[in-house]
Order: sequence, then C-alpha cells, then structure tokens
Amino acid sequence: MDMLQTLKIALRALRTNKMRSFLTMLGIIIGIAAVIAMMAVGAGASHVIAQQIASIGSNIILVIPGSTTSGGIRVGSGSTQTLTSDDVKAIIAECPSVEFAAPSVRTTSQVIYGNMNWSTVVMGTTPELFDIREWGVVNGRSIGQQDVDGAAKVCLLGQTVAENLFGEEDPVGKIVRIKKVPFTVIGVLERKGQSPQGQDQDDSIFVPLKTDQRNLVRSQFTNTVGAARVKAKSKELLDNAEQEVQSLLNQRHRITNGKEPDYTIRNLSEILAVAEQSSRAMSLLLGSVASISLIVGGIGIMNIMLVSVTERTREIGIRMAIGARRNDILMQFMTEAVLLTMIGGIIGIGLGAGGAMVVSKMLEWPTLISVQSVTIAFLFSAAVGIFFGFYPARKAARLNPIDALRYE
Amino acid sequence: MDSVISLTDIRRVFTMGDQQFEALKGVSFSVSAGEFVAIMGASGSGKSTCMNILGCLDRPTTGEYRLDGVDVGSMNHDQLADIRNSKLGFVFQGFNLLPRTPAVENVELPLVYAKVPAKERRQRALAAMEHVGLNGKENNHPTQLSGGQQQRVAIARALVNSPAVILADEPTGNLDSATSEEIMNLFNELNRNGITIIMVTHEPDVAAHAARRITFRDGSIIADTRA
Ligand SMILES: Nc1ncnc2c1ncn2[C@@H]1O[C@H](COP(=O)(O)OP(=O)(O)OP(=O)(O)O)[C@@H](O)[C@H]1O
Ligand SMILES: [Mg+2]
Repeated sequence: MDMLQTLKIALRALRTNKMRSFLTMLGIIIGIAAVIAMMAVGAGASHVIAQQIASIGSNIILVIPGSTTSGGIRVGSGSTQTLTSDDVKAIIAECPSVEFAAPSVRTTSQVIYGNMNWSTVVMGTTPELFDIREWGVVNGRSIGQQDVDGAAKVCLLGQTVAENLFGEEDPVGKIVRIKKVPFTVIGVLERKGQSPQGQDQDDSIFVPLKTDQRNLVRSQFTNTVGAARVKAKSKELLDNAEQEVQSLLNQRHRITNGKEPDYTIRNLSEILAVAEQSSRAMSLLLGSVASISLIVGGIGIMNIMLVSVTERTREIGIRMAIGARRNDILMQFMTEAVLLTMIGGIIGIGLGAGGAMVVSKMLEWPTLISVQSVTIAFLFSAAVGIFFGFYPARKAARLNPIDALRYE
Repeated sequence: MDSVISLTDIRRVFTMGDQQFEALKGVSFSVSAGEFVAIMGASGSGKSTCMNILGCLDRPTTGEYRLDGVDVGSMNHDQLADIRNSKLGFVFQGFNLLPRTPAVENVELPLVYAKVPAKERRQRALAAMEHVGLNGKENNHPTQLSGGQQQRVAIARALVNSPAVILADEPTGNLDSATSEEIMNLFNELNRNGITIIMVTHEPDVAAHAARRITFRDGSIIADTRA
C-alpha cells in the first residue's frame, strides 16, 4: 500500500475521534514542550558560561601569592607579598611554554573627574594583560611598554567607568584624579560584561604597573604584585606551562619538597570547564525529568491505540479478507500512532519555544532554542510513536482474519 | 481438467479446550471455471467453515485445496493475502463495508492493496460501480445507502480486481425478497459474463438461480446436483 493512502487512512481515523486524538496527543504535547523548554534554559546557561570563558581569554593560568590551603582552609591568598614583578619577568624569560605573562596590582579607589566621582577598581598592569585577556580599545590607545617603563601617569577606562564619569563626553585626553594623583586618559576599553564571578569587568581602570606601584600602592613592598596571568602558547602546552611556572617559582622562592608553596596556581579555563560541565549535567537532568512525561504520554498513546484496534477489529478483518498483508495493517496503525505523536511533537515544540521565551523575558535568563534540540525533540516524538504504537499495531496485524470479520 | 477449485478430503477440526469438534468430515468437490454453485444445508452443517477455507481465510486441518491449479496449503500469510486480493472476491451477509468511507473508496480497496496507481484505481472502481448499477452513489457513505445498495457496493468491490471466483456467504440473508431477486439477477449476469460464483444460501428461491447445488449435512456433502 502506498504511503499517501496509508496517511489518508490514518488521518481519517484520527479525525473520526477528534477529541480523543487531541487528549491522547496532550501527553506528548506537554512532554515535548517541557523537554524543549528545559533544553532551551540549559543551552542558555551553557551559552553564558561559554561567553565567560571567551571573556577571560583562553589557555590562561592565574598565579596569586599565598598558599590556597593549609589543612584544607584557605589562608589569605592574594593578601601576602610573596609574588613580585621579578617573578613575572622570570616566568616570561624562562618558561618556554608561556606566550605572555602579565602582573597586576589591584586597589580600589575614588576616581574624580571634574565634579563627578566614581569608586572603582584600579589595576596596575603591563601591556601583555590586554593580549592575554583579548581586550582591545574602542577609543584612543592601549597601555604601551613605554608607559610602564616611564611610569607614565596615564590610564585606560573600562566602559562602566567612562560612562559614569564622562557620560556622552569623549574621555580621551582628559585628566582624572586617582588618590589625588592626576592621570591622563589615553583610551577606553571594549565592553567585556560580567566575569564568571558576577563582577562587572567594565567597572575598572587600568594604569601602568610601575606608576601604580609608585604612586598608588605606596607600601614598603613596592615591587610586589597581586596576581599574574600567564597565557600558554597553546591549549596543549597549558599543562606544561603550569608545571614550568611551578618549578620556576619553587626554585625562586626556595620551596623544597614537602614545604607549603607561598603561591597558588589556578587554571581559570579548568574552573569554567567544570562549571560548564555541571550546567550540562543540570540540563541533562532537567531534560530527562521532562522526558518522563513523554513516556507517560507514550503509554497514553499505547492505551488508546489498543482501544482503537479493538474497536476496529471488524475493519481489520475486512481489509485482510480483501488482501491486506499483515505488514499493511501494521503500517496503518503505526502510521496512526506516529502521526499522533508527531503532530503532538510539533505543537509541543511550538509551545515549549513560546514557554522558553516567556521564561527568558520574565526571569531575564537567556534561553537558546537550537535547531539541534528541535530536531531531537521531533525525532523523539516520532520515536515515542513508533515505540508505543508498535505493540497495538502488531496486535492488529496478528489478528486472525475470520475472528476479526466475525468480531461484534 | 480446467477446474478453478478442487477440494480433496478436506477436514476441519475445531479445538476448544479439551473438546474437539469436526466441522468438516472429508469434503471433496471441484468447481470448473464459469460455474454458479449454490451451497445449501441446515444451520451448523459446515457451509461457512467450508467457504472460509475456499476463501483462504482459514486452513483445513487435513486435505488438499487447489485454487487455479495452485496448492494453497503450503502458502504463508502474505501469499494467502495476495491470493485473496487477486483471485477471490468476497460478498458477505452483513455487507462488511468500511464505515465512514465513501462507496467508491470501499470499491477501490482491493486495488489499494494490489498497489494499483490512484488514477487507474478510481477509473476501475467507477466502472465496477456502474456495472452493478450504482451510478451517482459514488460518494455516499454506507449509512447513506439501502441494504441492497450496500450489497451492490460489496459486489462491485468483489468484482473490481477481476477475480477468478466470487465467494458469497448468504449474500441475500439481510435483504427482502425483491432486493434478493435483484441481487441474484446481477449474479446471473456476472456468471453469464464468465465469472465463477460459489454462494451459500438457505433459500430455495435464491438457490434456484444457480446451475449446481451442493448440499451439506453434519460436515459432509450429501448431494451434488445440476439443474
Ligand atoms: N471457530 C470455531 N470454533 C469452534 N467451533 C466452530 C467454529 N466455527 C464453527 N464451529 C462449529 O462448526 C460447525 C459448523 O459451523 P458453520 O459456521 O460452518 O455452520 P453453517 O453451516 O455456516 O451454519 P449457518 O447456516 O447457521 O451459517 C458449527 O457446529 C459450529 O459450532
Ligand atoms: Mg454460515
């Protein structure tokens, strides 16, 4: 029997019992809608994390002073004075797997322009930082090596700072005061958005490291830095870079076997990869919870198809007497079941996409409906039809023609 | 011998639990092409059981059945379905049309399973309907037709695939005598055109239209007469 005819017969059967068909479909509609919505929310989360990974730059490790743990407890990392500019220079010079390394010193301060003032993070650093973080300027220029060498009183503004101090005005060339020291604005950075920790990365000002150490930090340890970002030459060399930095620092800080290191190395990409994994696992979990409702819907389909086979036993007998093969009957009922679930699937996809959009509007949570998830949902709905339609269809196909014809 | 149908020592034993019942006790006869046979006999004598075997809807417990020279006994489900489709046409007492389906689609049904293209299917179905005098009723559903008209649709459906044999089990059982007469005249006309017909009936008036009469009693043939 040709497909068109099979489809026509199945559609007629579904139309005969419109209400019943709809109610049967409802299980699938709800299931698919739930799966689509869950996958959209999960994909949205993954997307955010992927963006964050891109925002910190790739193949990066972070070195901070102080040991992370002492018997499992974190002790004052970042607050000790054990990491110096010279350590960073040594890393650049002696670690072959390292492409860039950039030290940074972090303070918070009021920044004043005219009668405006803004409290923000001031970072002293070197030009490599912007290479590592893949962070360009939209206006003016970035910090150059000559600025660092000459301890120039220049600064680079993040978008948030520029907006709050200057509004519509062009900041480049203007003078701002940080801790009463005047700095010339040389550029404004691109917008970067939130960090993985949820901080506004654009709410910061960058100044040359030496300038910062001399004019702003003003402690007796003027050569210390708060952190160093190290970029490996490639993803494959990331582990090598980490080891090279570790052995170099151990040597420079005279840390022998068994002694607690006075610095901590963190692999930022790794942390985020873990976050991404857990978000994936979460959406998988949500998806599988949602797919339980699909199974329930599938059982509903099976139930109704069994009823339908019983009701139409006589019709099956007639068809067999007239020359339908078992396979023709099987296909007829399978088509009916699959049609039921596929129509339900399409409606469910629409509903789920709509639901995801509402969620993303109301909770301001990004959702992402991919072609992939729609395809999966659609194929899955068809698969539910095939799986749960098979038993009733086979029951129909196995009927004995005489018994079926005689059925009252 | 150009017999379309030949039954040799057909037995059919029904088993229900530990009880056995022999509905056919060694039935043998053959039917030549172009014959019109009426099968008669008391209720429960095995007529329908025999017709089901002739129609390849049931298999004999023992015995040989040759249809158009082919031994049907060794065939599988699909082969039997194809035989029913191409060589046999059924007319039932209760018409057995598909509900909620236009008459013409009911007539087309055997051609659907024979994988005839849609256009040709419709042409042949309309021709068959015209043949049985149902012009203008193509799109009526079974519930919108009289009993006699429904049986004509069933006959058109039996005819549409040009079968070797039409099997009719009490085709007039649900019809009044005037309508029965019309249906029998139609059968006679089809038979004159060369179609072999085997028909079960209880009514002597109806049986009188057939040239040959086989009588059953308790699962055996007790008479086989030609007019
Ligand atoms: N599936 C079955 N299982 C058990 N016994 C059966 C079955 N089908 C028929 N029989 C028995 O076989 C016998 C013959 O039945 P059959 O239907 O052939 O009679 P019939 O001659 O057609 O009668 P009627 O004129 O009333 O239609 C009956 O006694 C019936 O009870
Ligand atoms: Mg009978």
